[in-house]
Amino acid sequence: MPSKRSTAAASPAASSSPSTTTATTTTAAASTPKLSSGPKTLSTNSSAFEIAQHVWQQYLTSTPQRTKMLDAFMGFLALIGAVQFLYCVLAGNYPFNAFLSGFSASVGQFVLTASLRMQTTNGGSGSGSGSASSGKAAGKGKSGGKFMNESGEEGISHERAFADFVFGSLILHFFCINFIN
Amino acid sequence: MADSPVDALLKGSSGRTTRGMLRIIILAIIAAAAVSSRLFSVIRFESIIHEFDPWFNFRATKYLVQHGFHSFWDWFDDRTWHPLGRVTGGTLYPGLMVTSGVIYHILRFLTIPVDIRNICVLLAPAFSGLTAFAMYLLTCEMTVSPSAGLLAAAFMGITPGYISRSVAGSYDNEAIAIFLLVFTFYLWIKAVKNGSIMWGALTALFYGYMVSAWGGYVFITNLIPLHVFVLLCMGRYSSRLYISYTTWYALGTLASMQIPFVGFLPIRNSDHMSALGIFGLIQLVAFADFVRGFIPGKQFQRLLTTMIILVAAVAFLGLVLLSASGVIAPWSGRFYSLWDTGYAKIHIPIIASVSEHQPTAWPAFFFDLNFLIWLFPAGVYMCFRELHDEHVFVIIYSVLASYFAGVMVRLMLTLTPIVCVAAAVALSTIIDTYVLTTPGPLPRAKSSVESSSDGLRSTRGPVVGITSYVSKAIVTVSVAIYLLLFVAHCTWVTSNAYSSPSVVLASRLPDGSQFIIDDYREAYYWLRQNTPENAKIMSWWDYGYQIGGMADRPTLVDNNTWNNTHIATVGKAMSSPEEVSYPILRQHDVDYVLVVFGGLLGYSGDDINKFLWMVRIAEGIWPDEIKERDFFTARGEYRVDDEAAPAMRNSLMYKMSYHNFHSLFQPGQAMDRVRGSRLPAEGPQLSTLEEAYTSENWIIRIYKVKDLDNLGRSHNNAVSFDRGQKRKRATKRKGPRVLRTE
Repeated sequence: MPSKRSTAAASPAASSSPSTTTATTTTAAASTPKLSSGPKTLSTNSSAFEIAQHVWQQYLTSTPQRTKMLDAFMGFLALIGAVQFLYCVLAGNYPFNAFLSGFSASVGQFVLTASLRMQTTNGGSGSGSGSASSGKAAGKGKSGGKFMNESGEEGISHERAFADFVFGSLILHFFCINFIN
Repeated sequence: MADSPVDALLKGSSGRTTRGMLRIIILAIIAAAAVSSRLFSVIRFESIIHEFDPWFNFRATKYLVQHGFHSFWDWFDDRTWHPLGRVTGGTLYPGLMVTSGVIYHILRFLTIPVDIRNICVLLAPAFSGLTAFAMYLLTCEMTVSPSAGLLAAAFMGITPGYISRSVAGSYDNEAIAIFLLVFTFYLWIKAVKNGSIMWGALTALFYGYMVSAWGGYVFITNLIPLHVFVLLCMGRYSSRLYISYTTWYALGTLASMQIPFVGFLPIRNSDHMSALGIFGLIQLVAFADFVRGFIPGKQFQRLLTTMIILVAAVAFLGLVLLSASGVIAPWSGRFYSLWDTGYAKIHIPIIASVSEHQPTAWPAFFFDLNFLIWLFPAGVYMCFRELHDEHVFVIIYSVLASYFAGVMVRLMLTLTPIVCVAAAVALSTIIDTYVLTTPGPLPRAKSSVESSSDGLRSTRGPVVGITSYVSKAIVTVSVAIYLLLFVAHCTWVTSNAYSSPSVVLASRLPDGSQFIIDDYREAYYWLRQNTPENAKIMSWWDYGYQIGGMADRPTLVDNNTWNNTHIATVGKAMSSPEEVSYPILRQHDVDYVLVVFGGLLGYSGDDINKFLWMVRIAEGIWPDEIKERDFFTARGEYRVDDEAAPAMRNSLMYKMSYHNFHSLFQPGQAMDRVRGSRLPAEGPQLSTLEEAYTSENWIIRIYKVKDLDNLGRSHNNAVSFDRGQKRKRATKRKGPRVLRTE
């Protein structure tokens, strides 16, 4: 039951955001024709929607189960945040403190979860942000042994990432509860 | 972290521990020097709170210690801004008071009974020691050379630009805020480097503390997003950046909203919108990066950059639209005055009237920073040469802070940390380059510089033609001389310019002995002793906090200038003739009026010199009744002597300042030593006020507002009748006799 709901929650978010990116890609392609070759190399002359579907398929196949759970949680948080925001727009923002703390709790938790996801997938398959980590390694390679050491330290421990996550969440919810009146 | 692995690798672990020990000792010595160089004022005068704002902070701290935290939070102060009152708990930055309250209670718990006043006086020096330490940490993040950190700490400890706000007794928000600023930046750099939630959360916590301590937190609120934005534009997005920024923003915004004074500002005020915009932007970028993992394509980087620029443009347009339509509150006035230096003068005289909001004079840079100011660009250049994420931060910070420091004197304070960082980087590079690039051993030169700069680093740089003894000796000696000059300059500036409490004045008699002028406290103490508990004192707002703190009497306006109209009312009362002023005084229940007058002593910071600001502020509200032009002579001069403009001579302020002043001198010899002008032989006549007290050197004059006349006469009539009565006393005998005959 929860898995179904979460996939349902995750899919609109995923499908809506590619549409924005595709919109920008089309505008970018219109403005600078050089760039149009970028995304289209993947499948020649495929429409934006097909690219999005391709991305979605690849996501479904390549992501490990754990990370999918995190994604589902993030989608759920985004849904909660959207509902709260809608309520605020439609029904007025009377208990403004309560709305703010609820909304920022969901946003903050979303962000923290995203950070946790990045940190945990960094050391793993590296499909999501492999390029980012490689860029980081390149950036750090120049600066000498000290930074190499730190990046190695950061990369390894999932436990550390989770502990950080818990620490951040504790602070977040403490502030929210304090703020909610 | 301070012991960089490079050193350990090259020198072996035994040398490493020794060096770590040395470093700790040196830092401790720096902190001690930082603390002790701020104690001039305590030694020279006494342990006293300085200036104006600190008196309010002191009073609030006393309230906090006496009544506890909760009643402090809900404090409604009916003894200021009479008759409005002030919701003090909701309109102050509580960080400073809470900090000293906590220290007080800890010391009490440790059974060390220390007076709260002494804690308040010594808080700023204590925190400056911590600032030096935070500076060391921050600089160590910027460079691998540990000598730079120690140099920066030493600079920060004694540079006058920072001492100006943190001498003992200057119990102001900046006292702890600069430490928090530096430390928050350190944590932020750490977070960006490590990309861990923990550092981001710590940054947010210290940011929250900073928000609770100083309104200057807006600087952080805008600097960090700008740093992130520049990094994004440079195509340096990484998960580390995402993690640290989003964690900081989500937690930091919530933390800042806990402070009642800040409240909903972070989502309403334009000052904070850039942070929100970057937050949204980095979400988009992160998503794009995420999608990129699935799409092969080398041009994605460029696509990303285009997307960033597009979205930024859209967000900026949206921000402009929202600001224009009034959903988001417009930029605050102080902010406008940062961009347009003439803005405040035209629109908000109350902001322009504060001396620390004036633009900086250029010698002030050298005065406050000495030789750091010319090492500063070199240090920024060093940052360009490496240009990691943290160096980008230094560059952005230095550019912004240089601009702001040029606009407002007070913001020199935010420039000082980055100048120390950059100068230390530059200087340590010089030292390292010249002294340590030894192919062969040069023990003597090496040890001499070690002791002067505390630096020790072996660079593996190429051997160039600077290894000769001569060049080394020249550079070493000149650097040492510059450092010594810097120390001498700092000591001189601190002891001469920044250590005066301004509550107690010191001057030198012709024979060289010190002469203490203590008129302020004398007069405030007179008020405390001789007036009823609830007597309302009217004065110009500069003295509101001092009256509240030292005399403990209700005031009409004070340095928390939240209500411009009320201040303008006081300005109007001061600048109008008596007939107009008296009803205003009666309406506001004023019992005593206090003016500061320096004419006898030559004390230039008195009310007549501030008078034009009162007129301007009053004119802003009542342009029909008060006109600034009327207070100048026909030739546009601001005079107080015979040729003074009629509006000037009839104004209450003029009358109160010069009341009876001529009686001190020979007839016609009355001299105002501030304005350097001879006063009219006939002094002004006051009818609605009577002189209650004048301090020893006439700096403070207190007048009592007369009650309504018993016989229903106007005060003018009553006074002239009184004066006439004395003359008629001889004829008075005839009166009853006539009556009797009739």
